[in-house]
Amino acid sequence: MNFFARFAQNRGALVGLIILLAIILMAILAPLLFPESPWRMVQRPFLPPLETEGFPLGTDTMGRNVAAGLMHGAWVSLLIGLVSTTVALAIGVPLGAIAGYYGGLVDDALMRFTEFFQTIPNFALAIVLVAIMQPSITSIVLAIAIVSWPPVARLVRAEFMSLRHREYVEAARLVGQTNATIILRQILPNTLSPIIVLASLMVATAILLESALSFLGLGDPNVMSWGYMIGAARTVIRQAWWLSFFPGVAILLTVLALNLVGEGLDDALNPKLARERS
Amino acid sequence: MSDILLSLRHLTIALPEGADRDFAVEDVSYDVARGEIMCVVGESGSGKSMAANALMGLLPKGVRATAGEVVFDGQDLLSLTEKQHRELRGLRIGMIFQEPMTALNPLMRVGAQIGEVFEAHNRLTPSGRQARALELLTEVGIPQPEKAIRAYPFELSGGQRQRVMIAMALALKPELLIADEPTTALDVTTQAQILDLIGDLQRRHGMAVMFITHDFGVVAEIATRVCVMREGRIVELGEAREVLENPQHEYTRALIEAIPSNAMPAARQVDQTAPLLEVRHLQKVFRSRGGLFKPSREVHALNDVSFTMARGETVGIVGESGSGKSTLGRCVVRLERPDSGELLLDGIDLTSLKSETLRRERRRVQMIFQDPYASLNPRTRVGMAIAQGPIANGVDRQQALKEAGDLLDLVGLGAAAAERFPHEFSGGQRQRIGIARALALNPELIVADEAVSALDVSIQAQILELLEDLKQKLSLSLLFITHDLRVAAQICDHIIVMQHGRIVEHGSAEAVFLSPQAAYTRELLEAIPGRAHVLATA
Repeated sequence: MNFFARFAQNRGALVGLIILLAIILMAILAPLLFPESPWRMVQRPFLPPLETEGFPLGTDTMGRNVAAGLMHGAWVSLLIGLVSTTVALAIGVPLGAIAGYYGGLVDDALMRFTEFFQTIPNFALAIVLVAIMQPSITSIVLAIAIVSWPPVARLVRAEFMSLRHREYVEAARLVGQTNATIILRQILPNTLSPIIVLASLMVATAILLESALSFLGLGDPNVMSWGYMIGAARTVIRQAWWLSFFPGVAILLTVLALNLVGEGLDDALNPKLARERS
Repeated sequence: MSDILLSLRHLTIALPEGADRDFAVEDVSYDVARGEIMCVVGESGSGKSMAANALMGLLPKGVRATAGEVVFDGQDLLSLTEKQHRELRGLRIGMIFQEPMTALNPLMRVGAQIGEVFEAHNRLTPSGRQARALELLTEVGIPQPEKAIRAYPFELSGGQRQRVMIAMALALKPELLIADEPTTALDVTTQAQILDLIGDLQRRHGMAVMFITHDFGVVAEIATRVCVMREGRIVELGEAREVLENPQHEYTRALIEAIPSNAMPAARQVDQTAPLLEVRHLQKVFRSRGGLFKPSREVHALNDVSFTMARGETVGIVGESGSGKSTLGRCVVRLERPDSGELLLDGIDLTSLKSETLRRERRRVQMIFQDPYASLNPRTRVGMAIAQGPIANGVDRQQALKEAGDLLDLVGLGAAAAERFPHEFSGGQRQRIGIARALALNPELIVADEAVSALDVSIQAQILELLEDLKQKLSLSLLFITHDLRVAAQICDHIIVMQHGRIVEHGSAEAVFLSPQAAYTRELLEAIPGRAHVLATA
């Protein structure tokens, strides 16, 4: 059975993938369907959804188009999710690999360093980092990456610790391969499946974190994001429910889709476990 | 023979779709009479355990019996409900498993685990259960049964755990005992004791025993009747003596030939003047870090080990688990660092080398690993796995890959194998790949750590033949580590016997085998199953 067939066996994962593709399509089509900036005031404020032509989701407190904000926000959310996860992997994988491979004092030092980050609550640290660096896309991506790499490092370290005593790794040491080659060629490829699964879930967490930061007003003031939309609408939630409802549903669906895809990847990459679970 | 307890008739068990064959067991019929030991013999994948699982109602998910019947004392077991099966298990049919390490619950005291058997069938009062458990432990010959009953499984040795398993299987005096490879995971001397115990209990209780094994030596030791299986079918069935002395099928003959004879390989002339490897006073102690309330533990894996080995010679290191033989091998290839002592390879002391020099010198000593499944990287193509060594030592990539193809030819797999991934090969084929990888660097010394132990007997013979052949062609020097004296005798010039980290005997293979000096060596030799049979026919 090939990879996709195994993935598709998990119905939920397939649904998740379809939702995710729809959201990606939204992000791509946003500049074509709504070429104007989503920040522009284009109509009377507080238009409810489906009442005025051209404004299917209504307008917000300042008369901005909610549909336009939603589609442009998709792009921001996905971008932040993907980039911050990549940065987190770039920090966590090498640290975990080195700690797990060498063990001993190196491991102790690196793990104490990791624990230093783990003891501070994620969200509090992210707020502090964004506040210090001034809110911008870059600072948000960095802050999210910095708070989310420790689990990656721990996972990679655990995988390396169990793999480094495998006979094929010892054989590689015996033929005189350098430590770097052994880490990159022998062990790392065998740790990829859990890393991929973790990464797909991290993208979801990153999107949530970004939304939460924007909700608190720590988002990039130049880009429309779902979190900002909900944050701006919170004072009028009783008069204009649609202002927070649609971006909220968008966040829910994206995170749900990513989680479903992550689970599907897990099944597809570990066919044995999947069979036992069903 | 009239008193038949269990009878399999035309039993067919289907495997789920996508397995390597359609049926695990196909049209198998045999009987087990009261008071006899029926040995079911076969190599891995022969379906020998499947029939036993079917009659215990323990078939894995997706595997079903599709035809035939299993009649136990007039009752067809295949038509029973799960509840009826459960009543039968333990009460009338007892079972012993292969792995004594995992068959016991690590968090339960031994006495409580035996008590559970009575509890499951609502027998006896709690205090009566403990009293009976003590009786059983005494019967299976555990030293200090009063202490053992309060012990946790990890406090017992493998052989003692297997005795506990037997005590549990016997608790309710079953009429049929199924033993699935019960001695495979044990050392030879322990194996001999367990075989004795099973035979003894069988006679005393008049049970029928269905004994599943891959080892014809064990058959010669205890069987009344034998059923030889191959690829799900019976190839031969008959009285043990008959089958052993006069095997009809060529497959049976091949299996029986794998029991070692006293025939020694012709002693070769080796130049003893220039030793290739000199081991001097090697010491290695493993320490577990002690905690606040527990003392640190020390294990002397190697205790003043010294020997020399000539170029072109094959030296066997034989010992039971915990004898330090593997540690010695790992020290020689420098995967482990000895605490003190010297390892001179061609006059260069390997123990003193620092990491970077060591990396460059590593090619001179290579290793063949035990587990053919764990020793190859699942994501590396076979050709690359072999070429990696030369590439790491500066050989051009194309050149190295071409040579890898030649080596695959040499070990009998064909150069085309280079493009494939390890999972496409069987255990024996993987071991050939492992040998090719060890040869790729033209090493001066190869350490083979239990290189054939994980393989079936017939495959084992092929790999030994290959090694023998390569030894002649390439004049290899081989340090052959094994727990199996029979294997060592087939291939080694010299044999070193180790016990508790010390060398207890060292001599030519012939001398060690035919006139052993140390008491421990004699004990090992006597424990080899089937030895009496071999001596009788020789």
